[in-house]
Amino acid sequence: MIAYLGRRLIQSLLILLGVSLITFALLYLLPADPVRQIAGRSATPQTVENIRQQLGLDQPFVVQYWHYLTRLVSGDLGRSYIQRSEVTELIVSRLPASLLLMAGAILCELLIGLSMGLIAAVKRGTATDQTLMVASFVGVSAPQFVVGLLLLYVFAVRLSWFPIGGYGTWRHLVLPSLTMGILGAGWYARMMRSSMIDVLRQDYVRTARAKGLARGAILFRHALPNAILPVIAMIGIDIGIFMGGIVVVESVFGWPGIGQLAWQAIQRVDIPIIMGVTLVSAFAIVLGNLLADIIAPFIDPRIKLR
Amino acid sequence: MKKFLASTVAASALALMLGMTSARAEDTIDPNAKQGGAITITYKDDVATLDPAIGYDWQNWSMIKSLFDGLMDYEPGTTNLKPDLAESYEISPDGKTFTFKLRHGVKFHNGREMTADDVKYSLDRVTNPKTQSPGSGFFGSIKGYDDVAAGKAEVLSGVTVVDPYTVKFELTRPDATFLHVMAINFSHVVPKEEVEKYGADFGKHPVGTGAFKLAEWTLGQRIVFERNPDYWHKGLPHLDKITFEIGQEPIVALLRLQKGEIDVPGDGIPPAKFQEVMADPEQKARVVEGGQLHTGYVTMNTTMAPFDNVKVRQAVNMALNKARIIQIINGRAVPANQPLPPSMPGYDKDYKGYPYDVAKAKALLAEAGHPDGFETQLFVMNTDPNPRIAQAIQQDLAAIGIKASIQSLAQANVIAAGGDKAGAPMIWSGGMAWIADFPDPSNFYGPILGCAGAVPGGWNWSWYCNKDLDAKAAEADSVVDPAKAAERDKMWSAIYDKVMEDAPWAPVFNEQRFTMKSARMGGADNLYVDPVHIPINYDNVYVKDVQ
Repeated sequence: MIAYLGRRLIQSLLILLGVSLITFALLYLLPADPVRQIAGRSATPQTVENIRQQLGLDQPFVVQYWHYLTRLVSGDLGRSYIQRSEVTELIVSRLPASLLLMAGAILCELLIGLSMGLIAAVKRGTATDQTLMVASFVGVSAPQFVVGLLLLYVFAVRLSWFPIGGYGTWRHLVLPSLTMGILGAGWYARMMRSSMIDVLRQDYVRTARAKGLARGAILFRHALPNAILPVIAMIGIDIGIFMGGIVVVESVFGWPGIGQLAWQAIQRVDIPIIMGVTLVSAFAIVLGNLLADIIAPFIDPRIKLR
Repeated sequence: MKKFLASTVAASALALMLGMTSARAEDTIDPNAKQGGAITITYKDDVATLDPAIGYDWQNWSMIKSLFDGLMDYEPGTTNLKPDLAESYEISPDGKTFTFKLRHGVKFHNGREMTADDVKYSLDRVTNPKTQSPGSGFFGSIKGYDDVAAGKAEVLSGVTVVDPYTVKFELTRPDATFLHVMAINFSHVVPKEEVEKYGADFGKHPVGTGAFKLAEWTLGQRIVFERNPDYWHKGLPHLDKITFEIGQEPIVALLRLQKGEIDVPGDGIPPAKFQEVMADPEQKARVVEGGQLHTGYVTMNTTMAPFDNVKVRQAVNMALNKARIIQIINGRAVPANQPLPPSMPGYDKDYKGYPYDVAKAKALLAEAGHPDGFETQLFVMNTDPNPRIAQAIQQDLAAIGIKASIQSLAQANVIAAGGDKAGAPMIWSGGMAWIADFPDPSNFYGPILGCAGAVPGGWNWSWYCNKDLDAKAAEADSVVDPAKAAERDKMWSAIYDKVMEDAPWAPVFNEQRFTMKSARMGGADNLYVDPVHIPINYDNVYVKDVQ
C-alpha cells in the first residue's frame, strides 16, 4: 500500500510537471506579446524594452521556465499582467466558490442520476426506461451554456423562484449546480442502470426473491448497495469534467469561481492567471483520480492496489 | 509678456476653440438633482486595477475618474476642457511653459491636503519605467522625460514646484494637446504616502481626491464606492453609493435591468437583444444614444504589393457598401468617410469621401494593372460581429475582383500581425479600433497614421509614413494659443483630407453608443453618453426616488 502510494505520488508530480511545461511552452509560443499589452498602444520602444527586462521576458525560454518553477515551489504563481495582483491571491479568493459549486453539482448529479438509473433498471425494457434513457442522452449532449440560459430564463426570469445569477445564498447555488449536475446525471443514470441490471441478475438476488423477500427490501437492502459502489468510485474522475464545466457555467451565472477567472484571463491573454488556473485544475484532477483509485478497493474488494 | 488666463477666460476661450457654449465648473450642478440614494452597475469582467497610472480600459477609466482628479477635466457630458484641481493656468507665448495655480483646501480621502508636491510626485511616478504605466508616452513633451524613461533620472526636470499651490511645466516643444494630457487619468494626482504604503497593490487600495472613495472590494464579486463628504466641488456627487457587481454576463444584466434589480448594465445592450429592446417603446425610452470618439476602418499595408499602389487603395474605398455593413450591427453606427469621428473637433463636415461606386472601383483597379483583381488576406478579430463584418467586406471586394481570404484570429494575434511589416495585407479594425484617449484631432494621427507608429509592434497597421504630413502635424500641434484653436482644427482637417487622398485606410463606420438605464435614474441625457466617461458620468447622475 505504502509503495503503491509512493509510486502514484511520484507519477502525479511528473504529470503536474508535464502539464506546467506544456502550458508554459504553449503560452510562450503565442504570437501575442504580453509586454506590448502591458505597455499599451502609446508606449515608446524604450518603455516596452524596460518592461520586458523587469518581467524577465527577455530571457530564453529555459531560463524563464526555470524561474517559474523555482517560484512555484514556494507557492508563488507570479503576478497577473492585467489585474496587477498576485495570482495566488486571485485564485485563493475564488476557490471556495468553485468548491461550493462542485459540491452542489455532485449532489445534483447523484440525486438525479442515481434515481433515474435505478428506476430505468427496475422498469427495464418499458417505455419509462426508454424515456429516461433518452432524457439522460439529452442531458449528456446538451451544451451547458444552453442548459444554463434555459434554466435561468424559466426559473429565474419567468417564475422568479431563484435569483438571476450572482452569489451569496443557497438559492443562488441551485441553478448553476443543476446545470452542472444535469451533464453528470446523464452519465450516472446510464452507469447506474447497467450496474443495477448486472446486480439484479446475480444469484443472491434471485435467492432473495425465491425466499419471498419484499421487492423494496431486495432492491434497497441487497441490490442497491452493491450496484452503487462502482458508480460512486467515478466521482473522483468527474473532477476533470467539472473543471471544464465551471468555465462555462460560472460565466453564465456570474459565479465568482476560478472558472470565470480563467475565462476572463483567456480573453485578455493574462498568461500568469492562465498558467495558475491550469495548474490548480490539473492538481485537482490528479488528486481526484488518486483518491478515486485509493478508495476503490475499500468500496469494492474485488479491486486490488498494485 | 505672459498671457494670464483666469478659469472663466480659459473656459470661454476653449469653448471658442471647440465651438461650444461654456459654463463654469461651479455652474454645472443640475438644479433638479436630488441628493442621496444608491445605484447598481454590472460588469462581466473583473476590474483590472484602480491605479490611475495603470488603468487603461474603458471599464476602469470612468471609475478612476470618480476616485481621482487631475489638474484639468471636461465639463460633464461635453468635450469642453475646464480647470479641475487647478484653479487657473497660464501659458507662455512660446507655448512651452504651462503654470498651474492649484485650488486651496482640496483633501485626499485620507484627510491630508493636496499640494503641488503631490502633482509633481504623480507625474514622476507615472513616467518612471518601474511603474510600467501604459500612459507614460503621453508625457513625452515634458522636459526630462527621455532621461526618466531611460532610467537615467528619477524625477522630471521639467516639472517644478514653485510654491505649495503653484506647479510649473516646461516642455521641449510647444504642445497644443498638453491641457488634454493634464486631463487624462494618467496625470491624476495620487498621495505619495499611500502609494508607498501599498506599493504594487495601490491599484487595489486607491486613495485620491475624487468625488467617491472606495468602500469595499471583494475580488470577483463587487466593488462599492461611497460618497466623499469632503469633496472640494460642493454639491457633488449626488449619489451616496455606487455598487459595481462583477461577473454578470450582459444578457443576464439586461434581464436584471428589466426586473428592476440593477440600474445600468455596464457592458451595454447585448447585440442579440438590441432589436428586441429597441422595438419595445417602454424599454427604448430608457436607452440614450450618443456619438463616441471611435472609427472602424480597414487598413491596407502600403508597403505590400498591390496595396503599395494608391489606385488599388482608392478602389477598395469605393468598393465598400458601408450602409450594408452597418446593417450587420443593427444600425448601431453611422457611415464614416474620414479618420476622425463626427464628434471630434477637426472633423471635416464638407469632405465627401469616396463614393460607393463599383464600376469606378473596377476601372481604378484596371488602371493599376489588375483588371482581373488579385488574391489577398483580410485579418479580423474572431469575436462577433467582426467575422460577419469581414464577410460583408469580402463580398464587396469580390464584386470588384479582389479575392480576400479571411484570417479570423484572437485579438492579440491580429494586433501582432498588424505590427509586423510583412504580417497583414488588410485588417478590419473591429474590436481593436481606435477610440480616442482625449477629444483632440491629433489623437487619431501619431500612433495610427504617423511615421512614429509605423514601426514593428506599432499601431500604424497601414505602415503609412508621410514625412510631409508628419511635419504638418507637428506644426499644427505647436499652435498652443487657445484663441487660434479654430485655425488649428482647420490644419488638422487638411491633414486628414490629405491622408484620405493617399487612402491607407478605408474608413467604414463610427460606432454609436447606446446606454440603457433604469427608470429611476435622473440627469441630462448627455451624462449617459459622456464622451470621456463610459458608460456614464458617475459624479453627476442622480436617482429620482430619494427624499
